[in-house]
Amino acid sequence: MSFWSKHAIFEKNSIVLVIGILIVIAIGGLVEIVPLFYLKNTIEKVDGVRPYTPLELAGRNIYVREGCYVCHSQMIRPLRDEVERYGHYSLAAESMYDKPFQWGSKRTGPDLARVGGKYSDDWHREHFKNPRSVVPGSIMPDYSWLAETDLDFSHVAQDLKVQAILGVPYTPEMVAKATADVVAQATNDNPDAVELITRYPKTNARDFDGNPTRITEADALIAYLQMLGTQVDFKLYDDKANIR
Amino acid sequence: MANESAHPKLMTIGEGGSALAFAALAMFSIVVAAGAFTPEFAFHAYLFAAASIAAVFAIVNRYYERPDEAAPLVVDGKPNYNMGPVKFASIAAVVRGIAGFTVGLIIALQLAFPALNFDLPWVTFGRMRPLHTSAVIFAFGGNVLIATSMYVVQRTCRARLVGDIAPWFVVLGYNFFIVIAGTGYLLGITQSKEYAEPEWYSDLFLTVVWVTYFLVYLGTIMRRTEPHIYVANWFYLAFIVTIAVLHLGNNASVPVSVYSSKSYIVWSGVQDAMVQWWYGHNAVGFFLTAGFLGIMYYFIPKRADRPVYSYRLSIIHFWSLIFLYIWAGPHHLHYTALPDWAQTLGMTFSVMLWMPSWGGMINGIMTLSGAWDKLRTDPVLRMMVVSVAFYGMATFEGPMMSVKIVNSLSHYTDWTIGHVHSGALGWVGYISFGALYCLVPWLWNRPLYSLKLVNWHFWISTIGIVLYVSAMWVSGILQGLMWRAYTNLGFLEYSFVETVEAMHPFYVIRAIGGLLFLVGALLMAWNLWKTVTSAVSTAPANLRLAPAE
Repeated sequence: MSFWSKHAIFEKNSIVLVIGILIVIAIGGLVEIVPLFYLKNTIEKVDGVRPYTPLELAGRNIYVREGCYVCHSQMIRPLRDEVERYGHYSLAAESMYDKPFQWGSKRTGPDLARVGGKYSDDWHREHFKNPRSVVPGSIMPDYSWLAETDLDFSHVAQDLKVQAILGVPYTPEMVAKATADVVAQATNDNPDAVELITRYPKTNARDFDGNPTRITEADALIAYLQMLGTQVDFKLYDDKANIR
Repeated sequence: MANESAHPKLMTIGEGGSALAFAALAMFSIVVAAGAFTPEFAFHAYLFAAASIAAVFAIVNRYYERPDEAAPLVVDGKPNYNMGPVKFASIAAVVRGIAGFTVGLIIALQLAFPALNFDLPWVTFGRMRPLHTSAVIFAFGGNVLIATSMYVVQRTCRARLVGDIAPWFVVLGYNFFIVIAGTGYLLGITQSKEYAEPEWYSDLFLTVVWVTYFLVYLGTIMRRTEPHIYVANWFYLAFIVTIAVLHLGNNASVPVSVYSSKSYIVWSGVQDAMVQWWYGHNAVGFFLTAGFLGIMYYFIPKRADRPVYSYRLSIIHFWSLIFLYIWAGPHHLHYTALPDWAQTLGMTFSVMLWMPSWGGMINGIMTLSGAWDKLRTDPVLRMMVVSVAFYGMATFEGPMMSVKIVNSLSHYTDWTIGHVHSGALGWVGYISFGALYCLVPWLWNRPLYSLKLVNWHFWISTIGIVLYVSAMWVSGILQGLMWRAYTNLGFLEYSFVETVEAMHPFYVIRAIGGLLFLVGALLMAWNLWKTVTSAVSTAPANLRLAPAE
């Protein structure tokens, strides 16, 4: 059949073969990815989602560093058992400032999308020190060193600046105050916390790790966990307005 | 360089240029190391500096040692194949494979016995798991692909590999990237994108290595003395080109500073998730499938001494596979905040993908037409054919799991892990072992030390795979069902940790399966080592086998 002999053009010209491959593999990716950037209904319109505070961002970077996403998802699916176990299903808007996203792919441990406020700081502290002390049967590793390691936030303003370049709405003021905001959020009754909360609404500001003399990695990580999933007020959220 | 006037031989532009480039990289690395924000990043910068300085010395030393003229392309009318880099990558594949399987066994044991995390940052499961996945996929699989592709492209094009330093830069540079990536995970340097965890500077370096690989490969094809490009090369080429595109798209990021290992991805949230799984699923589709199909299309016909079953089927297989695979990514994001239209597209194309996958499987297995008896006598061929059978099994299971209603049960559970490993241990592992058992005797011109050991390897690791995969099926489906179980009063029946505790026996069985797979690989390493170090002989000792070439 002559149809098959036409394939010789690919078999005899390496450049034609490469171009053919490039065209064929480009189609699927373009169709699936590009519309996500311009279809308005990709990300819901909701109130309350704000960028991470510098301390929460530092905590998030520890979450990334330790590979927490390997065992914990941050994506509640709209299935009855998940909504009852973890809370309202996750919205795309809730991770719109996440670079990179932390939806995860495996639940060796439970979903963390709405873990914020579910447990006390004390519980988290004990849990990191020895997970089996508060959850017998847990197979999570111990992370006792987090509370013993000082948080390095000397370059946190630079983190905010880069995120601002990439489209996260950090204002120049937020960048300028980044280092001070870390201290304000991680200490008890800090007078600067008022200003912090005007910049980042609904922020928890307190000593998270139970050691007021130091700002440790545990402070940052617990601050991050305690805000997860708490930004959107689902009493006010109208899911009918966002049918996709 | 100083003796240019006295010597008739001149340093080539490639030698001089790459020596200068490495010298510049060494200087730059030292500057970065001095100002690095963290000791971990300084360590990596010093590694880059040390490797660059070593490269400069190696290039200059090689220049003094080598003959005046470049290696001839043809000797006595036969192509003068360049097999040095192929040999290096073959050995590296075995070493990296053992390391990757060992780390896999350790993390399997950590899930069964969490005390094995030792409360030490560097060896916790969260840091070791990316080390395992990268070691087996990119270090083991990548070296197998580089070795076999550089072998196959030379043999099927009847041409010497293009480049003098370039092929060495590809194998050594790639393995240096592996070192940076692996040590980085243990030190906590990761961008947390699954199967693309290395940070911006490793990604940039890999880009340079990969483009060189592409140019060497394409250049060798262009140098061919055969009119047609053989089918295995289509698959290798699609693998190299597509991985480059995926790597660039998924790793688009801006570093916090040139002195910082940390970077932020350009994409965010839902778009980042889609880009990640466009990459992630096609790391499976092009790295672990298209590349290894290139191995299937060369090594199975060669070993069975039969032509490929159907030329037309291979054309359909090739184009439909690479077209459909790219669409399948969203099936990793079913029921998430990714818009439904994208999920539906991903599911539809994943189900369609079943057809080309099985077309390829049929093409591979039916190549044995008229040579089925060899399955009884040649355990190497048996390994490769069983590999293609595992490929068929995994590519049926995959489309099934991509159906949304099935996925609502299987997602987030060990079923996914089981599915991955039936493909990874069965398909990728076995076709790689088969290829190495062929390649090492061919490259070193020695008969394989022991076919009996291959037989042991085959059976021990097959039992390992069966234990592994069935344990994960049971634990995955069990946990999925427990999560959604309700009491007759309408309450969730199990707390999360109860579903974790129920996994324990299956995690132990899985670790035993992994141990058996590792034992098999150690037998292979021993067997190949004895092959390489045996007294020189070109005639196969075991005459039950058809001569390897």
